[in-house]
Amino acid sequence: MRKNGVKMIKIKAKDVDVFYGKKQALFNISLDIEENQVTALIGPSGCGKSTFLRCLNRMNDVIDICSVKGEILINDFNINDKGCDVVRLREKIGMVFQKPNPFPKTLYENVSYGPTIHGIAQSKQEMDEIVETSLKKAALWEEVKDRLHEPGTGLSGGQQQRLCIARAISVRPEVILMDEPCSALDPIATAQIEELIDELKKEHTIIIVTHSMAQAARVSQNTGFFHLGQLIEHGSTDKIFKNPDNKKTQDYITGRFG
Amino acid sequence: MNKNKEQLLNKRYKAEQRFRLYGQSAIFMALLFLTIFIFKIFSTGYSAFQKTWLIVPVNFDAELMMLDENPTKQDIEDADYYEIALQSMWNLDPNANEDQQNQLKRMVSYFFEREIKQELLKDTNLLGKTKEVYLTASDDLDQVFKGNYPRDLPEDQRRVSDYQLKIFDQLVANGKVESKFNISFFTNADSREAELAGIASSFMGSIFSILVCLMIAFPVAVLAAIYLEEFAPKNRFTDFIEVNINNLAAVPSIVFGLLGLGVLLAIFQLPRSTPLVGGITLSLMTLPTIIIAARASLKAVPPSIREAALAMGASRMQTTMHHTVPLSMPGTLSGTIIGLAQALGETAPLILIGMVAFVNTIPGSPMDPAASLPVQIYIWAESAERGFVEKVSACIMVLLGFLIIMNLFAQIIRHKFEKKWS
Repeated sequence: MRKNGVKMIKIKAKDVDVFYGKKQALFNISLDIEENQVTALIGPSGCGKSTFLRCLNRMNDVIDICSVKGEILINDFNINDKGCDVVRLREKIGMVFQKPNPFPKTLYENVSYGPTIHGIAQSKQEMDEIVETSLKKAALWEEVKDRLHEPGTGLSGGQQQRLCIARAISVRPEVILMDEPCSALDPIATAQIEELIDELKKEHTIIIVTHSMAQAARVSQNTGFFHLGQLIEHGSTDKIFKNPDNKKTQDYITGRFG
Repeated sequence: MNKNKEQLLNKRYKAEQRFRLYGQSAIFMALLFLTIFIFKIFSTGYSAFQKTWLIVPVNFDAELMMLDENPTKQDIEDADYYEIALQSMWNLDPNANEDQQNQLKRMVSYFFEREIKQELLKDTNLLGKTKEVYLTASDDLDQVFKGNYPRDLPEDQRRVSDYQLKIFDQLVANGKVESKFNISFFTNADSREAELAGIASSFMGSIFSILVCLMIAFPVAVLAAIYLEEFAPKNRFTDFIEVNINNLAAVPSIVFGLLGLGVLLAIFQLPRSTPLVGGITLSLMTLPTIIIAARASLKAVPPSIREAALAMGASRMQTTMHHTVPLSMPGTLSGTIIGLAQALGETAPLILIGMVAFVNTIPGSPMDPAASLPVQIYIWAESAERGFVEKVSACIMVLLGFLIIMNLFAQIIRHKFEKKWS
C-alpha cells in the first residue's frame, strides 16, 4: 500500500536472532513488512521461516528453550519489550496454522471465542453479527449458516481452515500470520483460500509462509527468501521471481535445490 | 534359490500361525481362570441371598407378658416377650425335657424375641390370640435347609443335635420352614451370629470412605496435574517430582496404612475405625493414580488446540481452563473412577487404622466407626461358623458388582464424552 507514493511499513524487524537452546535458528533477520499487502516467506524446510513468523506474535514464548533477541516493531512499538502484553499483541495479530485446528466446539463457539475473551461484543446480537461477518469474510457463511451449532470438527479440511481464518479475523486483527495454511488441503480448497487471502489484504496485513513457490507468486506482493536461518533476499515478488539479485535465490526459484 | 525363498516364506507363515496360537491359548487360560473363579464365588455365595424362616405359632398371652388389662401402646412396647417367645419354641415339642427345651430355643436366632415383639406391634389386636410368626432359623439350620450341612457326621462333631434335626425335619414335613429373599443381609450390620450378619455397616463404610477419598484426592490431584503439565517449568526439580509421583504409585498400600496410623490417629487424634480416617488414608493412595491419569489425558490434548487458543490472545489460564482441562476431563474422570475402584478394594491400610473392628451399628456419617466391604470379607473369612462361608462369597459378589459398575461407568465416560479431533 502506498500513500503519496511512500510505502507504509507495518512491521519492522531489526537484527532478530532466535536460539533453540544453544542452537541458533535465525541470524540477524531484518525485514520490513508492508501494510495491507501480502508478504510471502519462502525457503527450504528448516530454513527458519516459520520460526520468524512465530516471532511476530511471540508464539515462541510457549517453547521453553526458545529465546528471541533483536527488535520487532509493530506500529513502531517493540513487541520484544518487557512492557509488551502478549495477550493484547495476539489480539492484534491473528494466526492461522498449517493444520486446521478448530476447537472441538460448535462453529459458533469457535468464531465467538476471540470476541468473548477480549470483551469485544456487548450483546448477543452484536456477537451474532460478528460471527456472521467473520464467516462471510472467510467465505464460509453460505456453506454453514444452517449448522452454526454443530461441531466445527465435522467440516471438511478446507472448510475447517476457512473456519480458522474466520476465527482469526473475528477480533479484527491488524495482521494475520499464516503458517503454510494450504499444505494440508487439496487444490480446490487451496484455490478458495488463496482467493480469500487476496480479499483479506484489503483490511489486514498478511504474512504467509509457504512451501509452494507457485503459491507465493500467485498471492503475494512481496517475498522474502530464507535459507539456513538467514534472510537471503527480499523485495517485491515480481523482482524475486523474475530477476533476483542473489544466486542462491535464483537457484531455489529455478528448482536447483530445496 | 527359488526353493530356498519358498521355504523361507513357509517358515514365516508358520511362525505367524504359532504366534496366533500362543495368543489364543493365553486368552483361553485367562478366561478359564476367570470363569472358574466366578463360578466358585457364585455357587458358594448365591445361597446367602436366601434366608430360612421357621414358622412357629405364638400365643400372645397377656399374662405371661406381664400386661394388665387394656394396655396402652407404650405398655406393649415395654412388655416382657421372653416368656412367650420361649413358650412358643417349647410348644414345638410338649414332651421335651429341660435339655431339649434348651435345644429348641437354639433353633432360632437370639433375635426371636424381637421378631415376636414386632409382630405384635404391627397389630396389637393379636393380644391374647395365637398367630404363626416367621422366626429366623439359626445359621446351622439355615445351612441344613440349604443342603450345605454334613448331616451324616457323628453327632458329637456337629453343632446341630439329632434332636434338633428331628424337630426341624418335622417342621419341614409340615411346611413350616420357608426360604425367602434375605433382606437382612443388606439392612443389618455385622453380627456374631451368621444368620443375622449383614453388610449394611461395611457397605456404608465403604461408601463414606470412597466419598472422603474422592473429595480429598480429586481436587488435589487434578490441581497438581494441571500445574505440573501446563504451568510448571520443565527443570530438574519438576522431573524429580514426577519421578516421585510415579514412585508413590508403587508404594505398597500397607505403608499408607502405617502412615494413617502414625499421623492421623497418633498425632492428629482423629477418631479410630472411622471412614474419615480410612478415606484420608485411601486418598493418599489414590492421589498418584489420579495425577498420572490426569497428566496423561492433559498430554493427550493436541498442542494445536493450545496454540489455537494462545494465538487468539487467550491467556495461559484461559487456554487451560477453557480448552485443555475440559478436553482432558473424560480421561481424568475415568482415571479417577479406576483409582477409586482400587481404593474400594483396599484392605490392608484399613485394617491398620482400625476399620477391622467389630461394628454392629450402621454408620450415619464418616465420623462413626464402620467396617468396609473388603475388610468385612476378611473378618467373615476368619470366622469359624459354617454360615459365614456363603456370606464371604456373597460379600465378594456385592463388592465385585460395585467394582464392575464403577469400571463400566469409567468406560462410558471415556467413550461417550471423549472428543474426537479430526
